[in-house]
Amino acid sequence: MTALAQTAAKSTILSIVAAMGLGIGIVTIAGHVQAATLHDAAHDVRHATGFPCH
Amino acid sequence: MFQKILTSALFAGFCAGLLAAALQFVFVQPVLLHAELYEGGDLVHFGGEAVSATPELPGFNPMRDGLSLLFSALIYVGYGLILVGAMALAAERGVTITARSGLIWGLAGFIVVHFAPAASLPPEVPGVAYTDLTLRQIWWWGTVIATAAGLGLIAFGRGWGAWGAAVILLLAPHVIGAPHPESFTGPVPPELASLFASRALAVGMAAWAMLGLFAGHFWASDDNAQA
Repeated sequence: MTALAQTAAKSTILSIVAAMGLGIGIVTIAGHVQAATLHDAAHDVRHATGFPCH
Repeated sequence: MFQKILTSALFAGFCAGLLAAALQFVFVQPVLLHAELYEGGDLVHFGGEAVSATPELPGFNPMRDGLSLLFSALIYVGYGLILVGAMALAAERGVTITARSGLIWGLAGFIVVHFAPAASLPPEVPGVAYTDLTLRQIWWWGTVIATAAGLGLIAFGRGWGAWGAAVILLLAPHVIGAPHPESFTGPVPPELASLFASRALAVGMAAWAMLGLFAGHFWASDDNAQA
């Protein structure tokens, strides 16, 4: 593998990890964090999406 | 690459989130609002005396329903990022992603985050008995990770070793068991709780089918645009 191809492969893996990490972060904040305001705002969706809520 | 994942995930997640919210308003929200009448004590049910099954429910609430729409879109964008990330990883290893195969990816996603956790911890209607939240959240994440790994091994693993490990991963969370309350104290009729759980699952399945379909479509069309 050339140095250029190695860099491209690394950046691809980094992109995938970053995208999935961002996705997990969003799902955690919207679905699991229990701060009162966030819980109240997301309440109905949390129940309907099957997250443990109360 | 990051931009390609982001645009596919944003479009697919937003469309699926809007669809999920629309279905939720029609099919899930009335059951939830009905259950809240029992949760708040406006209606009482002990199985002895008959209670009307069609009470007057609160109508459209712009603030509450607007926030539901927003969070539905947000959650499915989050799911979209994870799904498209997994698709990108598979594409790197020579798997072809299309709208049609995206549908299977979406249904697998539904099994991972909705169906498998629901098998031992059904979607909760407000007002049911429950136990420690943190324990249930830990169990939920553990089940999601084990189920995703199990389905991944079935789809991409080779040989009986991989498939055997997949079966163990799929079964383990349910053999270990989800945290459940020690006694039933919820005031909500079981009819409402079961309708809520099945409606929540049905809406989740529809939304994930769309999420996978859109994600596969946008991913493939981005490939065509670049070619």
